[in-house]
Amino acid sequence: MLAEQFASRAGPDKIPTFLSTRHVFYISQPNTDIDPSMWHRDSDRYRMFTRRAIMLGAGQGVLLTGLAARMYYLQVMESNRYSTLADDNRISHRLLPPPRGIITDRFGAPLAINRQNYHILIVREQSPDVRKTLTVLSQIIEIDPETIDRVEGDVQRRRSFVPVTVRDNLTWDEVARVGVNAPDLPGIIIDAGRSRDYPEGPHLAHTLGYVAAVAEKELTGDPLLELPGFRIGKSGIEKTYDMSLRGRAGTSQVEVNALGRVIRELDREEGQSGETVVLTLDIELQRFANQRLAEHESAAAVVMDVYNGDVLAMTSHPTYDPNSFTNGISHKLWDSLINNEYSPLSNKAINGTYSPGSTFKTCVALAALEAGVITPEQRFFCPGHLDLGNARFHCWKRGGHGWVNMHDSMKHSCDVYYYELSQKLGIDKIAAMAKRLGLGDPTGVDLPSERSGLIPTKEWKETQLGKRWQGGETLICSIGQGYVLTTPLQLATMTARLASGKAVTPHLTRDHVAPDEIAARNDAEFPDLGVSRAHLAHIHDGMNGVTNELRGTAYRSRIKIKGLEMAGKTGTSQVRRISMHERQTGIIGNDDLPWKYRDHALFIAFAPVENPRYACAVVVEHGGSGSGVAAPIARDLLTKAQELKSSRPGVSAVNIQSASQILRTTTKKQES
Amino acid sequence: MASRYRIGQDPDYVPLGRRLLLMNWTLVLLLCILSGIGFAMLYSAANGSLQPWAERQMMRFAAGLTLMILIALTDIRIWLRMSYAAYVISLILLVGVEIKGDIGMGAQRWINLGFFQLQPSELMKISLVLSLARYFHGLTIEETGRIPLLIPPLLMVLAPAALVLRQPDLGTALLLVAGGGVIFWLAGVRMWKFALVLGGALAAIPIGWQFLRDYQKNRVLTFLNPENDPLGAGYHITQSKIALGSGGLFGKGFMLGSQSHLNFLPEKQTDFIFTMLGEEFGLVGGIALLLLYTLVIVYGYVIALRCANQFGRLVAIGVTTTFFLYVFINIAMVMGLIPVVGVPLPLVSYGGTVMMTILVSFGLLMSISIHRDVRISRQGNDDGRH
Repeated sequence: MLAEQFASRAGPDKIPTFLSTRHVFYISQPNTDIDPSMWHRDSDRYRMFTRRAIMLGAGQGVLLTGLAARMYYLQVMESNRYSTLADDNRISHRLLPPPRGIITDRFGAPLAINRQNYHILIVREQSPDVRKTLTVLSQIIEIDPETIDRVEGDVQRRRSFVPVTVRDNLTWDEVARVGVNAPDLPGIIIDAGRSRDYPEGPHLAHTLGYVAAVAEKELTGDPLLELPGFRIGKSGIEKTYDMSLRGRAGTSQVEVNALGRVIRELDREEGQSGETVVLTLDIELQRFANQRLAEHESAAAVVMDVYNGDVLAMTSHPTYDPNSFTNGISHKLWDSLINNEYSPLSNKAINGTYSPGSTFKTCVALAALEAGVITPEQRFFCPGHLDLGNARFHCWKRGGHGWVNMHDSMKHSCDVYYYELSQKLGIDKIAAMAKRLGLGDPTGVDLPSERSGLIPTKEWKETQLGKRWQGGETLICSIGQGYVLTTPLQLATMTARLASGKAVTPHLTRDHVAPDEIAARNDAEFPDLGVSRAHLAHIHDGMNGVTNELRGTAYRSRIKIKGLEMAGKTGTSQVRRISMHERQTGIIGNDDLPWKYRDHALFIAFAPVENPRYACAVVVEHGGSGSGVAAPIARDLLTKAQELKSSRPGVSAVNIQSASQILRTTTKKQES
Repeated sequence: MASRYRIGQDPDYVPLGRRLLLMNWTLVLLLCILSGIGFAMLYSAANGSLQPWAERQMMRFAAGLTLMILIALTDIRIWLRMSYAAYVISLILLVGVEIKGDIGMGAQRWINLGFFQLQPSELMKISLVLSLARYFHGLTIEETGRIPLLIPPLLMVLAPAALVLRQPDLGTALLLVAGGGVIFWLAGVRMWKFALVLGGALAAIPIGWQFLRDYQKNRVLTFLNPENDPLGAGYHITQSKIALGSGGLFGKGFMLGSQSHLNFLPEKQTDFIFTMLGEEFGLVGGIALLLLYTLVIVYGYVIALRCANQFGRLVAIGVTTTFFLYVFINIAMVMGLIPVVGVPLPLVSYGGTVMMTILVSFGLLMSISIHRDVRISRQGNDDGRH
């Protein structure tokens, strides 16, 4: 055993000659004391080793081939799929919000524009010490300590390269100061954004509406709406024509890394800014109307073109500043707006519904003429009241008007005359004429949430209230009280139709505006109302009597300038029931009543009397009498409109190429 | 005993000049080319900069290469005699880091030597191969069939594997077991015994599963369905496949890989460096690298088959197989063929420890090549002539 151990020299294993040609010298040395059995055994070991090494090598070869095959599969067969995925990773599509279309008045004066809004931002990774930078910044421009705390929190929460807004709405002076001190403010960026600006502020709040951030429920899947800071129209023209004003978003293809940092821009497609929307309003008339109404607590007025339906002024008082909505309205301001007793947020011109009062008599008179139940000369006796069954219906004048024909009935606004007419006509004929004149249905003006008012019929009462129509109700309705409700815009439309004999409808844009097309309006697009011209002349005559004849209810408010005279009709609508007791003891004067129990004052008018062009409706909520309160406003508005020649042709978006062109026209106009 | 190898007395003594001549310089060149590819990829990974990776990697390679040549020039019999000692030292160090780790250093797997961080598990990769080769060198083919004689080497494999698994380092444990298994296989242990152990291991998987850390479980689950959690644990593999696939046939060009340079690809300088190469140089580049590795492996086999002693043969295939396993596990992992295990691509991935292990083992391989004709007794202490 011991000998064997010592003799266990491994000996020259049988080495394939191809592997050992260079070393023949060593193995050829004499080996005299080798145990042949060892030779045999070690060659067994070697054979086993060789066999297994070859098997192992083959196995490894197969596995390496497998790797190559997998590589081929990934890089050749699946290459296209993975290339797409790599590009999806790398390329990010960013939307470039388009500038919102501007809104101008009929002559091109800007009413809603996009103002450069400078914000200040900070980028953490570019600022070695955020707190220090902000402290330095607060010495340069005004920043409150809470903002510094908020920004510090935001900066930590976001990725280091994401800019965080420090302050909005920098003045130009502040921008300049920050710019000068830039070396001391590492990581501070000044960014110019756009924000909606309404140069006329409160003058047009209700008509233009406002823009605000997109609410959750307004998301339509359009990615533009999901952009932070994107604003959409929430009310008024901004809402109605939102799709046209929005424009088309551009896209920017950027290369981003795994953290979302933009490395470079690959491709850019500019968007298209929103369409310019030209309104029919005359901003000077509009401003005037606002100032005129501001004397009262709550009022609305509309001035429109009787031939083409252009609304020249539409105002609702009180109003608010739409600019306060653009960057988010404060809680305090919002609360004060919604809790205000005079509802400043509501556009009363289209949302306020009022009993038209005696202004409705024009409609009843025309219905009677058209139905042929009376002639204009036919007279009725007014003793101050009319008895129907066991109910007594009073005229506003206690002593009565005596014998009145149609002309005088309007001039003096005699109620009994219309009680008589209504009995001959019946409610349904009155309602039919009211509808023809544009009452009881939305006028279709291009503003959201217009109210339809109410023109009652027998059928309406049965279906809606489940009660039969009472004869007395016809009487009440004939003087514009009871169920009858109208909006100021409807009254203006009615007046325009009475003046022109055409079925005009009001609208606020110079052109037909659709998201992809703007087309000019056709002046002759409204059909004839289908009412006898002679009958209309009788109505005009009566309305002329109201303003231009001595003892007419609005004679004091007539337009004295020759050629500009107006014809109108007063209306005073009760908002409370006058009890029998009060009638006997004397009706309480408006001035002695709380504001909300006072009568509404109304007035409708058109001008000039000959060849009318402008129609106007004024409602002063709880203002008192139509003749004393509403008529002077209408007089002033119509005078102003005629002096300004508000209805003269303005610009049209169809004929202009771009918003800049409009603004140029505007500047020229201002210069001249 | 050293006196036995005095010049003139030892017939197998190879003079130094002869050793330098016999050194496999083609293999050295291949290793340099592979490392050169690594430098280029690290340069690209740093967006065209030698910092922070390429330069340090070059310095490590220079040091490693010197060490490799020194090892290659040393007589193989010296390495044989040092085998058991190296194993014992490695095991002690392994237990040492384990205790140190338990004391509160967390999953620290290295010993800081100041200029160099020594990982006992890496040391073990080499010394396990050496000591197993020495053990089986001393067994006849008949003796390898005797089960009691197989128990010591089995313990030699399992002890370090268990320690490494505790760290926990699944990748290294697998490499140790596989490297050891290969020596068993080459020594002639019967097929059915392998089948038995393998069967036992498979049966133990459900039990072993409970001992895996959560992140290890997640890795396996993620491998089974990477798209399941594309932004979490499956993110690496998904992004790696996208990078490779988008590279296509010819790649996106040097330093132009979007996945790598925009940081979609994680760990691009270490475990996922092959992906980066595949993205920038395409299938052509990937296959070329694979061919270089194959050539190195073939050299290992040739050296083994030409070696006259069992120890050298076993060590040669042992280190070649370890090298193969590095290459295979890494590339298969980045291509989504096997779960994510932290095994780098040898010589190319950034990292000094594995580079050192690889170069030391190639030093041994070359020493085997130089001393291919040295005959060693089964006891390993004598050439059998005296």
